[in-house]
Amino acid sequence: MTTAIQNVDNYLETFTEFEKRAAGTNLGWLRKLRAEAFARFCQVGFPTTRDEDWRFTNVSAISRAQFALPGKSDASLSAAHLKAWRMESSATQLVFLDGQFRSDLSQLGELGGGITVSTIKEEAAKSAKLLEAHLGRYLDIQRDPFSALNTAFAEDGAFVHVARGTALEQSIHLLFISTKADSPRMVHPRNLLVFEKETQATVVEEYVSLGGGTILCNSATELVAGENATISHYMIEREEKDAFNISTLRIELERSANVASHSLLLGGGLVRNNVHPVLAGEGAECLINGLFVGNGKQHLDNYMHVEHASPHCSSRQFYNGILDDQSHGVFHGRIVVHKDAQKTDAKQTNRNLLLSDSAQIDTKPQLEIYADDVKCTHGATIGQIEENALFYLRSRGIEEVAARRLLLMAFAGECLDRMKTGTAREHTEKLIQKHLHTIANHLPGAISPGSDAQRNWEELG
Amino acid sequence: MSLLKIKNLHVNVAGHEILKGIDLTINPGEVHSIMGPNGSGKSTLAQVLARREAYAVTAGQILFDGKDLVEMKAEVAACEGVFLAFQYPVEIPGIGNTYFLRSALNAIRKYRGEDEMDAMDFLPMFREKLKLLEMDDKLMNRSVNEGFSGGEKKRNEILQMAVLEPKLAILDETDSGLDIDALRIVASGVNALRNKDRGMLVVTHYQRLLNYIVPDFVHVLVDGRIVRSGGPELALELEEKGYGWIETEAKAPASA
Repeated sequence: MTTAIQNVDNYLETFTEFEKRAAGTNLGWLRKLRAEAFARFCQVGFPTTRDEDWRFTNVSAISRAQFALPGKSDASLSAAHLKAWRMESSATQLVFLDGQFRSDLSQLGELGGGITVSTIKEEAAKSAKLLEAHLGRYLDIQRDPFSALNTAFAEDGAFVHVARGTALEQSIHLLFISTKADSPRMVHPRNLLVFEKETQATVVEEYVSLGGGTILCNSATELVAGENATISHYMIEREEKDAFNISTLRIELERSANVASHSLLLGGGLVRNNVHPVLAGEGAECLINGLFVGNGKQHLDNYMHVEHASPHCSSRQFYNGILDDQSHGVFHGRIVVHKDAQKTDAKQTNRNLLLSDSAQIDTKPQLEIYADDVKCTHGATIGQIEENALFYLRSRGIEEVAARRLLLMAFAGECLDRMKTGTAREHTEKLIQKHLHTIANHLPGAISPGSDAQRNWEELG
Repeated sequence: MSLLKIKNLHVNVAGHEILKGIDLTINPGEVHSIMGPNGSGKSTLAQVLARREAYAVTAGQILFDGKDLVEMKAEVAACEGVFLAFQYPVEIPGIGNTYFLRSALNAIRKYRGEDEMDAMDFLPMFREKLKLLEMDDKLMNRSVNEGFSGGEKKRNEILQMAVLEPKLAILDETDSGLDIDALRIVASGVNALRNKDRGMLVVTHYQRLLNYIVPDFVHVLVDGRIVRSGGPELALELEEKGYGWIETEAKAPASA
């Protein structure tokens, strides 16, 4: 499985430079964390399709590119430019432009006591204890080379801390913007979200682009949900169709914590979304809910690794996929039930709609059960828009495009229904509606405009 | 002008000729019934009129209100005033009944150049229609036909017809699978919609429905052709003697 990195010199040089000037380089523990992660990355290199976890996703286009870290972010951009990207009535919005926090573009609302919203860079500058206690403690850099790479270059990203017993009414919106790249660029946003006992909060991570180019956005988020915490996390990917987006969400659930992870993959070219919850405390509950909608030649890979480490925990995975043109979707749902995790209740469902003959879905359940008193179920379906339903709607006067949109929205609605009512859900719903409008307009047999201009990941690989 | 004029209609389904030359004229205000044994082409005729594309018209003509119906897509035919009450109404999870019906009504109103109806105007009208079909408005909060009993589905079809107020209503075996109570409710719903402008085509296998919805004309369809037409008494004759005699008669060209 070990592969030499094609551009090892490039990465070595970049890392050496980075180490010298990076924020927090004066902190011994952070320097060590980065160095060990980089060593691990150099040892294993980028994964190949021979690696079971990467069987359906070929990242050789990433391993071949000569990526550089971004320079100073574009100062000409003003808050007014970002109006379209604001989420209505979110308490606070942190904006990261090409990986770097921009306070002039961000919006820090009234947060109230017990809530800290800041950045990794800022916390490192303060040598914050919490940062040291949590950063890098959860993410699995041994198994996943991209997580190792992210940790090696971890410098900026959101830091959220919610103190015991605090409930946030409004959502926190983290917006990661890529600007146009003339030469290959990589960013490694790193977020740390720590929710203490009996807290309640919603965080939305959203990735967008203001221009195309060869851009790798390799983000990682560590989310800690303390005892009885109730947390919703949203990951929204809507970058340009030539972007590489790798994201990892590692969730640590303590006793009776309840976390809902919602992933919405609409944009990006080659996208891999890892969700890795560990149900570490007894009675924890996790919902892993997702919708991916692909067209053109998009490759959207959803990789779930649900670890049941304690008794009486439950996990629910529900992913719906809509794939048009030559897009390729992947659902890989791995459930690991540890020896002591008796009375585990794990469920996994993946439903897919293929709108064209050349769209493709690979769906794969993977159950590893070491306990003997557990309930694990999984199921997957693949279908088309139902002709009878379409005709029924049309026979009542609804135009074909509108009828298709209604049916797609109904299918996507299953995912929306699992989100708590609130601004984050409204925001998501609007994005889905807008996106499905485009998809529904494209009738079967017609060629999407511009689909040939996009990359073909398979051919590249 | 006649509402529906079908001339020498031939229809193929998956390469098989199902309708082999149908002639039928329905004038405004008339209720026609099509009866016939299984596989005679009754449902095919209903689906073709609702413009199901898989059913190919290979010859002949259908004029609806003077316009070429064959040229119309399903949604256009609906907007022009054709309504099919399905034999097997489709369940559509995730789309609310009320929302669906209002979307349909507004699509039709938009086509006719009328203003769209908002929820405030729609609901009172809708509640009236629900009463007509003796339907529980709780059903309307559910997805289209999802979890409905057979009878509820059929009543929902007539409810849609009552809301959309078509010029031509086609009822495809609306009676099959209904108990007497449900049949009575459905029939009274249909009868309430009879008027001097609206035409109806009632497709049925059994005469029973025609005790409640009394047609002006009865046509018997056998093997893709109308072999006999008459008044309501023809339905009674069929009930008494079955379809056997008429099939035999139709198959013997010498006696035809």
